Amino acid sequence: MALPPNATTGQRISRVVLYAVTALVCLFLVLPILAIVPLSFSAGSFLHYPLPGLSTRWYAEFFTSQFWLPAIWNSLVVGIAATVLASALGTLAAIGLWRTRFPGRAAAIAFIASPMVVPEVVAAVGIYFAFAPAGLTNSYTGLILAHTALATPFVVITVLATLTGFDPTLLRAAGSLGASPVTAFFRVMLPLIMPGVVSGALFAFAISFDDVIMALFLAGPGQRTLPRQMFSGINENISLTITAAATLLILTSVALMACVELLRRRAARLRGEA
Amino acid sequence: MIQAATVETTEIPALKRLLRRSQRRQQVTAIALVAPLLVFLLLTYIGPIGALLSRGILDPEVPSVLPRTTAALATWDGRELPPEVAFAALVADMREARSAGTLAAAATRLNYDINGFRSLMFSTARRLPAEIDSARDTLIGIDPKWGERETWAAIRRASGPVGDFYLLAALDLRRDADGNIVAAPEDQAIFIDVIARTFLISGVVTALCLVLGYPVAYVLATLPARSAGLLMIFVLLPFWTSLLVRTAAWVVVLQREGIVNSLLLGIGIIEQPLEMIFNRFAVYVAMTHILLPFMILPLYSVMKGIPAVHLRAAASLGAPPFTVFRRVYLPQTLPGIGAGCLLVFIQALGYYITPALVGGAEDQMISYLIAFYASRTINWGMAAALSILLLAATLVLCAVYGRLVGFGRVRPG
Repeated sequence: MALPPNATTGQRISRVVLYAVTALVCLFLVLPILAIVPLSFSAGSFLHYPLPGLSTRWYAEFFTSQFWLPAIWNSLVVGIAATVLASALGTLAAIGLWRTRFPGRAAAIAFIASPMVVPEVVAAVGIYFAFAPAGLTNSYTGLILAHTALATPFVVITVLATLTGFDPTLLRAAGSLGASPVTAFFRVMLPLIMPGVVSGALFAFAISFDDVIMALFLAGPGQRTLPRQMFSGINENISLTITAAATLLILTSVALMACVELLRRRAARLRGEA
Repeated sequence: MIQAATVETTEIPALKRLLRRSQRRQQVTAIALVAPLLVFLLLTYIGPIGALLSRGILDPEVPSVLPRTTAALATWDGRELPPEVAFAALVADMREARSAGTLAAAATRLNYDINGFRSLMFSTARRLPAEIDSARDTLIGIDPKWGERETWAAIRRASGPVGDFYLLAALDLRRDADGNIVAAPEDQAIFIDVIARTFLISGVVTALCLVLGYPVAYVLATLPARSAGLLMIFVLLPFWTSLLVRTAAWVVVLQREGIVNSLLLGIGIIEQPLEMIFNRFAVYVAMTHILLPFMILPLYSVMKGIPAVHLRAAASLGAPPFTVFRRVYLPQTLPGIGAGCLLVFIQALGYYITPALVGGAEDQMISYLIAFYASRTINWGMAAALSILLLAATLVLCAVYGRLVGFGRVRPG
């Protein structure tokens, strides 16, 4: 909002102060994250500036280390499996919640949303306590199941938001043309709500890829994920390899963020044109 | 979704039936679609959490290992030492538990109540003679502690199957020999401190987020769309960046040989590196940084909906700028303030990773204690009781959020 031409000096000053504060807060938000990116290209081994020179030695170390490489693999395996499970379960549930009111719907929503609310340590301790006797701790299965539970609310919410723009008469039209409900779902509904499902899946992957607490309790030495290794790395000896790992994680986040944003804009454009 | 439009009046009863049947079919389909996720969450999430919480009020070890003793103590009035039958029952229970190898479970549980109970149990069980005249004299002869009322009261307190021992302990309380609730001894009263600290840290972080987030949200809401979109990247980048990356960033920035210290030393502002990490300052800075987007986004969405004409109207009626803000703008942003503060506060209450990595021993929050009791000392009862308190606080605040804001608002993404 531009200031009116007759603005007083006081108004002009407060406007300048406001913008200055905003700029400082934005720097506070972004600078610490960006500050570690150049460090990862340092030729030296100190965690401060100025850099003694540029090199990719920390990336070389990252991609050849027995500490980090298995962790990337573990994060991908767990993240992809949890994403597939959470997207399938979450999309079905979202369609069920969207379709009609039914007895117990409010309770079902509260249940489904609970992973967004329950403090993660409480959940992790409870899951550890229940999974240990079943032999699910120190296993991929246990970690995948826990990440799936954490991620499903985000899938349900994203798909539900997309479904509000979906016209249910399309399903009836498909039915009247002889399509079975399953065919109507795969040929009519799913293609239309796909942006929501993909956004939900990206959210789910981000949740799994970001999680440390579940990994701390449920992962054995063989399942340590990237964040879990970073946790030990920061705790024990923080080296520049961590800044390389962090830079790669930042790139992943930026990619995920860009995908979700593109999908959101595309969906908004489609709605605008309809 | 079912529309009964052009219908002859005579067909209504049949149509009603059809409609009802079709609605029921819809409902069954809907439930069938939601059911897989509900069952999944019940098995992998809600069930396990429920089982954990139940450990906070269950007290199963002592009654299962010392069944005769707990039965004999059920009728004990607690004023004097229990009768001979109780001593005899304990001797019998101990012999059995020792040969079955179950004594440790009960001894560990009793040790939570009175320090030294574990060794008392084991040394007594080891030194029990084969033949016994008076169980009472034998036990007191082995260890005079068996002649103290408090020892027996501890066993009775642990008689389960349900008990308030862990919950009281989590609030620095205990029951004395007469069953009254009293303050726990100094050396065991560590929990209220941590709970108060958890609320204090969450409160300070929420206040910092509000002070820093309000102007940013205002500028975001009033800028033209293109520049606002650019500014939004500054908010969304940290929002999407891994929590661990952000915590690691603060370690790199704040540590003794870190970016800020080397910068300040280089310029010559300071001569000694500042202690900026492993203390409360680092916890506040890192948590504020991580939670700030959760304040800005709801504030922004509320501010976006405030028509600028309101402000112009107030100004044209002669209100000075600050009055316009205080009387017209601020009240309209209250829903956003409420939503943002609750979102930040609720999340801050459960924080674990960030204080664990950038805080010192005196900056750990309740989640740290829960993890500590669950993984280091394996005291499930204590971990569960603390979980009950943390979850209860979270749920109460969520209910407040539901009343004030409503859950219809979809999280920003």
